[in-house]
Amino acid sequence: MRRRIGAALIATAVVTLTACGGGGGTSGDPAGDDETQAAPDGTGQTLTVWVDETRMAPTQAAADAFEEATGAKVELVQKNFEDIRADFLAQVPTGEGPDITVGAHDWLGELTQNGVVSPVEFGDKAGDFTDVALEAFTFDGQVYGVPYAVENLGLIRNVELAPDPTPETFDEMIAAGQEAGTKYPFVIQVSTEGDPYTMVPFQHSFGAPVFEQNEDGSYSSELALGGEQGEAFAQWLADHGANGDGVLNTSITYDIAREAFKNGETPYMVGGPWLIEEFDGMDLAVDPIPSAGGEPAVPFIGVQGFYVSAKSENGILATEFLVNYIGTKDIQVKMYEAGDRTPALTEAADEISSDPLAKGFADIAADAMPMPSIPEMAAVWTFWGVTEAQIINGDAEPAAAWQKMVSDIEGAIG
Amino acid sequence: MTQPEAPPEERRSKRARESHATSIRPGFFIKLILMALINALGVYIILAAWSQQSWIILAVTVFFVVLADIVYFTKRMLPLKYLLPGLVFLLIYQVFTVGYTGYVAFTNYGAGHNSDKADAIAANVMQNQRRVEGSPALPLVVVEQTFPGTDLGFAVLEDDMVKVGTEDQPLEEAPDAVVEGTTIVEVPGWNVLSWSDAVARSQEVTQLRVPVSDDPNAGSIGTQDARTGYAYRSVVTYDPETDTMTNSDTGMVYRANDRGQFQADDGSTLTVGWRVFVGAENFTTAFSDQRYSGPFLKVLAWNVVFAIASVLTTFFLGLFLAIVMNSERMRGRKIYRTLMLLPYAFPAFLTALLFQGMLNRDFGFVNQVLLGGMPIAWLNDPWLAKLAIIMVNLWMGFPYMFLIATGTLQAIPGDVYEAAKIDGASGWQQFRRITLPLLLIAVTPLLISSFAFNFNNFNLVYMLTGGGPRFTDTSAPIGATDLLITMVYSVSGLDGSASRNYGLASALSIVIFLIVATVSAISFRLSQKMED
Repeated sequence: MRRRIGAALIATAVVTLTACGGGGGTSGDPAGDDETQAAPDGTGQTLTVWVDETRMAPTQAAADAFEEATGAKVELVQKNFEDIRADFLAQVPTGEGPDITVGAHDWLGELTQNGVVSPVEFGDKAGDFTDVALEAFTFDGQVYGVPYAVENLGLIRNVELAPDPTPETFDEMIAAGQEAGTKYPFVIQVSTEGDPYTMVPFQHSFGAPVFEQNEDGSYSSELALGGEQGEAFAQWLADHGANGDGVLNTSITYDIAREAFKNGETPYMVGGPWLIEEFDGMDLAVDPIPSAGGEPAVPFIGVQGFYVSAKSENGILATEFLVNYIGTKDIQVKMYEAGDRTPALTEAADEISSDPLAKGFADIAADAMPMPSIPEMAAVWTFWGVTEAQIINGDAEPAAAWQKMVSDIEGAIG
Repeated sequence: MTQPEAPPEERRSKRARESHATSIRPGFFIKLILMALINALGVYIILAAWSQQSWIILAVTVFFVVLADIVYFTKRMLPLKYLLPGLVFLLIYQVFTVGYTGYVAFTNYGAGHNSDKADAIAANVMQNQRRVEGSPALPLVVVEQTFPGTDLGFAVLEDDMVKVGTEDQPLEEAPDAVVEGTTIVEVPGWNVLSWSDAVARSQEVTQLRVPVSDDPNAGSIGTQDARTGYAYRSVVTYDPETDTMTNSDTGMVYRANDRGQFQADDGSTLTVGWRVFVGAENFTTAFSDQRYSGPFLKVLAWNVVFAIASVLTTFFLGLFLAIVMNSERMRGRKIYRTLMLLPYAFPAFLTALLFQGMLNRDFGFVNQVLLGGMPIAWLNDPWLAKLAIIMVNLWMGFPYMFLIATGTLQAIPGDVYEAAKIDGASGWQQFRRITLPLLLIAVTPLLISSFAFNFNNFNLVYMLTGGGPRFTDTSAPIGATDLLITMVYSVSGLDGSASRNYGLASALSIVIFLIVATVSAISFRLSQKMED
């Protein structure tokens, strides 16, 4: 998902480059900050919410209910998901930012480091959300967002080509895939710059997580992806790369992998819930990802939710909207219907578990590791993917390249 | 209007005496309407800026609106009448942007230094509030004191007992309060605010902390939804007199340092910092960091090669096609000319993305269809990737050169060629001695601007190769096709792949600006010499 480069990217580029020029207030919307117009009910108060295209409709439903109940106005601003993080960081300090924005949990480190988000107090409602969702939005003991969905990878299987459940090890799966007699035994997106998010389950199966975990499950900034386990994974990449059996191929991008699976050219694909819509009409199953290194191949879990701006002038309304509207079963189920991601509210997650595919992803999520949200992670992404791509291409000696990557990341973290 | 026999002085004074009212022409009405629109827009911006308290924007707008009125409604400032619109846009879009970039280049604006000091203090306090362990969620209403002041306070229901207090007055029992279910409806001596009243005073309510008791460790009640209160403890507090923040759990004292952070004696800092001036530090970092100084030269060299190559390739292909299409012997020239413009009509980033797919080693159109399945690693090999960049740029850039070459060719008078033919010049000689020199005089400024544009051709590189393939012999995230501008983008973390550093990005942008400006200035000087 992280790699889904769309036309939006260039807009990101332009916006981010100009973000530093976007300082002082632009021409204003005079309705924005009228403390003086305080009417005796919610009327006259405007809550500005940034939301992306996928989540627009369900958020609108929550907003309509909220407007009706409180009389306050909710102004939804549709933005590209890729733009939101940088724009939010740039605009909150000027006081021009929104009250609430949609976002992903792995932004949390950067957002707190810059002091642009404020904590949300759930009180007794905290127990209504799945643990992993709430933990992902927790930083230093406080929760900073209201989660609505959990997403993670799984092994999507074409039941017509491979009727049996996916074997537990990678080699057995490849063997089963070859038996199916399709063009590819298995596809996974890599692309020229590598795709560590999609590849990380296999890395985890070698016992090489990115960072050490503290006792409470949060990540410390100490790298753990090096060492023998990491190098064993690097060797595995090379064994299946261009100079090996070629199962991993940097030419296979997200689009190519998706089309191959859609056209019945492979029985297995590593993918997330966002793909399900694309494979409409196919007989599918979602299985745990087979292990390559002996340990369970757990994917990263990504949690999506809504953040409250540290400079919101409507804190009470924002909390009310998020906790009592976004955090309700109906809206969370609607969010699921819009994006196929597992709801973060336990009650809503139970409701959708009758769908076997949704249940497949949700079961995998139970053991998955949250994607690190600490600011140091940015430096990891920079080197991680390209190193994997180099090893898969056979351009670099696996162990040496992996060691260099680790020291480069350490250098970048400083 | 004038009498031809009148002496010149008299004519001039007569015209000066004429007011606009007496010499109304249609153009005046158009001017009036345009100026009315401009003034209306100005007034709108002024009012909006007023309500947003953006005084700088307000002042600048007032200045420009008044200036525009003076310039266009008096007779004296004739040159400015022509120059003003251009000047205004130059100031807003160029001078301001460059100036602001220059300002940012001397600050440490970036990750951890995102706002001002007040925001940083507030954020550090907010992030270090803890719920008092084991404290319950208390039903709460917001209340307003009726006597002696009108302080805002909270009334909470704890163990069937209503307690009320303000910021300065710890919670006290209010035995006469009326409770319905778990809702406090009346507190004698206090005015109970409805939820919507509380919402209207959102900021005051969410920032209010009412101490539970005289013991500071018991915490103070705060609320986010004006319905439920929780006891919080501020672990970190700010003391404005000493400009320090203190962590009451560890006793550590953090002092504001000149790097825009609160720092303790052991060197540890609080999470959130603020923007400060750091002098020329961003510039020295850019050139002294070992990881970047080596690759910087490689990137600079490739950047220059790319910019020159892209100008030359696009210009000569465009010129060649223009000459061919200019020949009257060719049929269907209009159709071809239109087709030639198609690449120009597509957005550049889309073209780059399309080519990225077409150049895929195993599945791309180029290898599969055009080259019969040869697995050429267009985007994985450093040299091929550079070639691919230049070729794709040629595809995107030649229609522009084709357009300007076509226009200029048609402006060269035909009799020059006839004279040359009579003198017995060959086709090549005509091209070399007549076409090219005449053409170059006209298009050299455009070539220079094309050079400047391609020097910073961010879209193409970012969309096609992302700067890759990555150098294997450096520790910086820089690749073989990175231009300076894409290098700046990733090195300063603007793409989210490292911690953001707008200060460094601005400093490097200024360096690039200086390079481009220098090259352009020299080229213009040379081209002027050529014209003489």
